[in-house]
Amino acid sequence: MTNHILEMRGITKTFPGVKALANVNLAVERGQVHAICGENGAGKSTLMKVLSGVYPHGTYEGEIVFEGETVEFKDLTDSEAKGIVIIHQELALSPYLSIAENIFLNNEQKGAGGLIDWNKTNFEASKLLARVGLKENPTTKIREIGVGKQQLVEIAKALSKRVKLLILDEPTAALNDEDSDHLLDLILHLKGQGITSIIISHKLNEIKKVADTVTVIRDGKTIETIAKQDVTEDRIIKDMVGRDLEHRYPDHTPHIGEELLRVEDWTAHHPQDTSRVMVDNVNLHVRAGEIVGIAGLMGAGRTEFAMSLFGHSYGSKISGKVFLRGKEIKTRTVAEAIENGIAYATEDRKTYGLNLIEDIKRNISMASLRKLEKYGLVHDNEEYAVANEYRKSMNIKAPNVLVKTGKLSGGNQQKVVLSKWIYSDPDVLILDEPTRGIDVGAKYEIYTIINKLAAAGKGIIVISSELPELLGICDRLYALSEGRITGELPVDEATPESMLKLMTMEKPR
Amino acid sequence: MSNPNPTPTQESQAVGAQVNPVENKFTDRLSHVLADLGKNGIFIALIAVVVLFAVLTDGILLRPQNISNLVVQNGYILVLAIGMVMVIIAGHIDLSVGSVAAFIGAVSGVFAVQWGLPWWLAIILSLGIGALVGVWQGFWIAYVGIPAFIVTLAGMLIFRGLALVVLGNANIGSFPAEYRALGNGFVTDVFGEFEIDPLTLGIGILAIVILVVQQVRTRRGRQKYGQDVEPIAWFITKLVLIGAAILFFAYSLASYKGIPITLIVLGFLVLVYSVIMNRTVFGRHIYAIGGNRHAAELSGIKTRRVDFLLFVNMGLLAALAGLIFTARLNLAGPKAGDGFELEAISAAFIGGAAVQGGVGTIGGAIIGGLIIGVLNNGMSIMGIGIEWQQAVKGLVLLLAVAFDVYNKRRSGGR
Repeated sequence: MTNHILEMRGITKTFPGVKALANVNLAVERGQVHAICGENGAGKSTLMKVLSGVYPHGTYEGEIVFEGETVEFKDLTDSEAKGIVIIHQELALSPYLSIAENIFLNNEQKGAGGLIDWNKTNFEASKLLARVGLKENPTTKIREIGVGKQQLVEIAKALSKRVKLLILDEPTAALNDEDSDHLLDLILHLKGQGITSIIISHKLNEIKKVADTVTVIRDGKTIETIAKQDVTEDRIIKDMVGRDLEHRYPDHTPHIGEELLRVEDWTAHHPQDTSRVMVDNVNLHVRAGEIVGIAGLMGAGRTEFAMSLFGHSYGSKISGKVFLRGKEIKTRTVAEAIENGIAYATEDRKTYGLNLIEDIKRNISMASLRKLEKYGLVHDNEEYAVANEYRKSMNIKAPNVLVKTGKLSGGNQQKVVLSKWIYSDPDVLILDEPTRGIDVGAKYEIYTIINKLAAAGKGIIVISSELPELLGICDRLYALSEGRITGELPVDEATPESMLKLMTMEKPR
Repeated sequence: MSNPNPTPTQESQAVGAQVNPVENKFTDRLSHVLADLGKNGIFIALIAVVVLFAVLTDGILLRPQNISNLVVQNGYILVLAIGMVMVIIAGHIDLSVGSVAAFIGAVSGVFAVQWGLPWWLAIILSLGIGALVGVWQGFWIAYVGIPAFIVTLAGMLIFRGLALVVLGNANIGSFPAEYRALGNGFVTDVFGEFEIDPLTLGIGILAIVILVVQQVRTRRGRQKYGQDVEPIAWFITKLVLIGAAILFFAYSLASYKGIPITLIVLGFLVLVYSVIMNRTVFGRHIYAIGGNRHAAELSGIKTRRVDFLLFVNMGLLAALAGLIFTARLNLAGPKAGDGFELEAISAAFIGGAAVQGGVGTIGGAIIGGLIIGVLNNGMSIMGIGIEWQQAVKGLVLLLAVAFDVYNKRRSGGR
């Protein structure tokens, strides 16, 4: 009765010194959506790389059976020829090429004489776009559409290759709720057309929504495979972390003190299109010991607000006033903002937060080197000691602080970013998506750190696209929509419904 | 090389000592030594090249005169390599240094010969103009935001042109003796005439003592802060090897003409710039910018100012290289500095700098420059023509970077 499109048997993959996968088994039934869960570093991506031929046959042990025949892929082209297409978390689209060009990249639609037939290319592309429900002109450049739409282009590209098994690696990690929903619906829609999907995700609610079967991987081993009717969040979390997580969010009793930061009438315009208002008259405040959340959909201006405030790092024609402890301060450069007690941990730690080719130590000291200066020289032993303190207190999992941050997992990278800012000793910390792309266990640790900082009297602003997270850790919430603050609620009065209503409130026109 | 001799040393107290001390101590040490060798692969390459050419030239390469020439004939490239590796670490490039060196050589000729200014004033003014050239290029790169490749490509043409303008289609020669000493002079016979100059030898020994004291202090400091240190046997072996190399070097110089002034200038620069790159906030900011410019900006680092200062510094060092070269030839000519930029860039990359920025050391660039120097000298001694010298140097550059890339891939980096 079972009809497996794919079976991976006894997959073992070792890297020098590490066993990334140990005897993993995975069976995916035809026409189903199969979810793979696991903490970062559990081996999910490695498994998918084995499957898609990124790690070619011979570099791993075990057997892959696809559509009833044993396959030995040498590279991605090999697996794509069989109809296995993987869509990575970091999208692989070329920003300056059009949607159609991207879809048919390395699969060009040729006409007479082997030249590219552009009419055919665009026509075929628009047919594919219709299948994924994307209303865009196929000649539009990729960089002109948002991440959500780019994701759909990736899927259209997969469809153009006559995909039979579609693998999505954390497809909604960078999407807002609306785009995520659309994407999940599309996956179900494709399932109706007979396309099998494997979806790798951290987000338990979306797994429950789309998956027929869930396989949990931990430490390179398959823990169990659960059928849809038996899936519960608690069970998955327990499998993932290997222990019960009674609470997803640590307890937090706020001790709220005096007002630390007040922002008045903060307005910022788009850096290129200076007539476009991106942050519109924002007023907000944070008190000592308080965790304040900013909720908003993608494009609401959350990051734009934070970065324009932090050293005018975003935008043009910025106006408004900032007060720290009632005294007006300027934040025109990042150095000035830091000096005045503000820190901002970016949502994109790899691009904006870390020097990945440098070690933990130097990343932690990066924003506060002046503190380590003695007679004009950086006291490097002291630097080592400081970094080591943070490694221990923040539980950064690395043998020592000389490990390059590029080699750490997402959760540990985030701890390094936080260490950097905590060491700069700010009064107010703005944390932009502090748990993006981080597994459940590490999330809990990050929340605990945030609580500790609040308990130490810092003011914390958390920006997040995950409402449950904000409701779980914050004391007070602001809703942001189209660059405006559309509401403010203490956490005990806020519900997902009430917040969502505020977050989607449109400007009166 | 690593001696498995299990004498108890301080190492056993190192932080993170393993559960199985006997087994792990040896592998631990071995891995330390191997990691070190990997890191100092460039050093090994220099030794290999020296040995190769010592054999090919029947030992002529290692004669005192050739050892001395190695420094004197390559001094200006090494000076440029120092500035160049800093520029490269920050993620830029400078194609103009050869032209700037020629321009400054010409300008100094006007000052020292045509105007008859005192030699020291001529040098100071020339260096000042070099810094101004850096200000000009730094302005366009840092504050206008034009890629360094373009700005310095333009600078390559601009300053070559200006050099010709200043020279007015003629060479300027017969510089004052003090000026010429910058490229040709030696400090020697201070204590009278000896077969082996005692001052040179003494300074060599002093250098070894300072090196040992400094290394031991660094090691102690690290241990005090609970950091991992290399096995004591390996530490001593390394010091002995380096000490022997310095001693041989000093002995060679002492039995030839003494210490070249160029070497004194170079030694001073290497010391100062190594400290700047490793221990000052400015130096750290250069690495941070090269590693991830966005992250550096968002950490409050004034990236524009760092970029600007880097090019001012490069202008200054290019000027110094121009002076040394002019002094050596006792002639400021239109062809001066031709191809210097390529040799300096090669030195930085052979010395382990990364094209994407963020990686590189002053010491590496110097060794890279010395490798090129040994190739130059060795092949010249062997009577190999300039055409093949070019081809071989190109090949060495390619292989050095290829080896580096391969090494990084093997160690799992990207």
